[in-house]
Amino acid sequence: MDDLYRANILEHFRDPHHKGMLEHPDASYEDISTSCGDRIRMDFVISDAHIADVRFDGQGCAISQAAASMLTDMLPGLSLDQALALNKQAILDELGITVGPSRQKCATLGLNAMKRALVGSQWADDEEEDF
Amino acid sequence: MITFNEERGDTMSATMTGIREATEPGYTPTITATTPALERDSAIDWRVVKADFPIFDNEVGGKPLTYLDSTATSQKPRVVIDTLHEFYSHHNANIHRGLYALSEEATAMYEQARAKVARFIHARSPREVIFTRNATEAINLVAHSWGRTNIGPGDTILITEMEHHADIVPWQMLAQEKGATLAYIPLDPATGTLQMDKLDELLTEKVKFVGVVHVSNALGTLNPVEEIIRRAHEVGAVVLLDGAQSVPHMPVDVQALGCDFLAFSGHKMCAPTGSGVLWGRRELLAAMPPFLGGGDMIRRVTMQSSTYAEPPARFEAGTPAIAEAIGLGVACDYLSAIGMANVRAHEVAISQYALDRFAEVPGLRIFGPHDVAHRGSTFSFALADVPPHDMASILDSEGIAIRAGHHCCHPTMFALDVAGTSRASFYIYNLDEDVDRLVAGLHKAAQIFGV
Repeated sequence: MDDLYRANILEHFRDPHHKGMLEHPDASYEDISTSCGDRIRMDFVISDAHIADVRFDGQGCAISQAAASMLTDMLPGLSLDQALALNKQAILDELGITVGPSRQKCATLGLNAMKRALVGSQWADDEEEDF
Repeated sequence: MITFNEERGDTMSATMTGIREATEPGYTPTITATTPALERDSAIDWRVVKADFPIFDNEVGGKPLTYLDSTATSQKPRVVIDTLHEFYSHHNANIHRGLYALSEEATAMYEQARAKVARFIHARSPREVIFTRNATEAINLVAHSWGRTNIGPGDTILITEMEHHADIVPWQMLAQEKGATLAYIPLDPATGTLQMDKLDELLTEKVKFVGVVHVSNALGTLNPVEEIIRRAHEVGAVVLLDGAQSVPHMPVDVQALGCDFLAFSGHKMCAPTGSGVLWGRRELLAAMPPFLGGGDMIRRVTMQSSTYAEPPARFEAGTPAIAEAIGLGVACDYLSAIGMANVRAHEVAISQYALDRFAEVPGLRIFGPHDVAHRGSTFSFALADVPPHDMASILDSEGIAIRAGHHCCHPTMFALDVAGTSRASFYIYNLDEDVDRLVAGLHKAAQIFGV
């Protein structure tokens, strides 16, 4: 369990990367977890179907905020298709921990916000649903 | 084995081993909900009470279960669990109108449970007790039935900023439908108590209904409901008490309180899920239209219209949760055998111990009153900037079950200016050692997060 709070996660939580908002984002979405109230907003500058810049803003637990911070490190330079191909496992691999069912939504909150921002739909086709 | 005997009427009742002198004739509880005991009742061995709950035979990841989430739902004593098995094994039939022995037996058991609940809250009659799924359904029943009949444009519905969503959203829906105003008694975020000095300006002649939580599920605050009820009645308003967090934990006497409706959940007081209660004053219930339409709630149905049964049947359409209601009756027996004053005394004592131990934890903020006389045994807390969900995960790794988040009280959280809190709550099966484990878990969280 101490593994759930590995040093890299706490570092991202304490000192998040790409934190903030973009003044004129080309795509933006704020996702709020209905179960815990955690909030992640993702802003993107998109150029030639590639992610030119990204910021995230939000509030919540260490897992959701660290996962979003790590995600923003992965995104710059990716094509939209590459970004949309990222899945839950990619985030869990980056976190490097085993996350129980109740915390997986925390880990993927930023990912889902990204997908909704980039697809421009509340119901992204490949959105990961837990059921 | 539990058997039903209509003549004696009390044989399908709780048997427990944790009670000695407390239940003997002539025993007089010396404490009430508002006068906390300074010492625990020595007549009850709470360790034996805990042994009545089979869930504690389980371990969590090799550690003993420290269950601190009774505010969400309580654990169930063996006698209640056995009741479900017993009912389905020997007494199961649909109730009412069955012209055979088994149905008559099930009906008698169901109605006996209603009488047990009525005695538990000191109602005048079992006919004032309506079985619902939970407190939420009970409040919705009042909003739909009493509310749609008695609330009109320009009327004011007064609730508090401390309410559970269950006592907010139904009134928002009603106010929007009727063009009524929804007003709030504000919460003082510094003390976690209601701003009672605002009652004068809030309790106008326009107020037709007051809804107030007896004990806050988010803060543990024990509200001065007697004063609110008295003053609401002075302007002619009807008062509903949300007793979801009081009825399981302290003596609640609807006649002494003088409220008009009381809603509570069985599953928070040792009974099965799917059992809840709306108690209402019989004059009000008698004048109220049905909530749900269907079988059991009618007197006569023609092609175009129906006449309705008397309360409580009028408000219990369709096959109810029969076994669960009977389980609630047994839960009432079980808690009565301990004595609700003793339950309250135990919780006051463990709450005081918890407050003393919490004071040792640097950076720990306890929301709500710090005086055990003015609170229940639910504690919302924040440890420095450790997010509540991370706190819950860290404690879970120690076998400690708490809840984290908004506790279905967004307005309360807005008033406190927090996104959520961590919440630990204590009940009859909790002991001082559970507080010790919680405090050790808090120190571990502080260490992980470098607080």
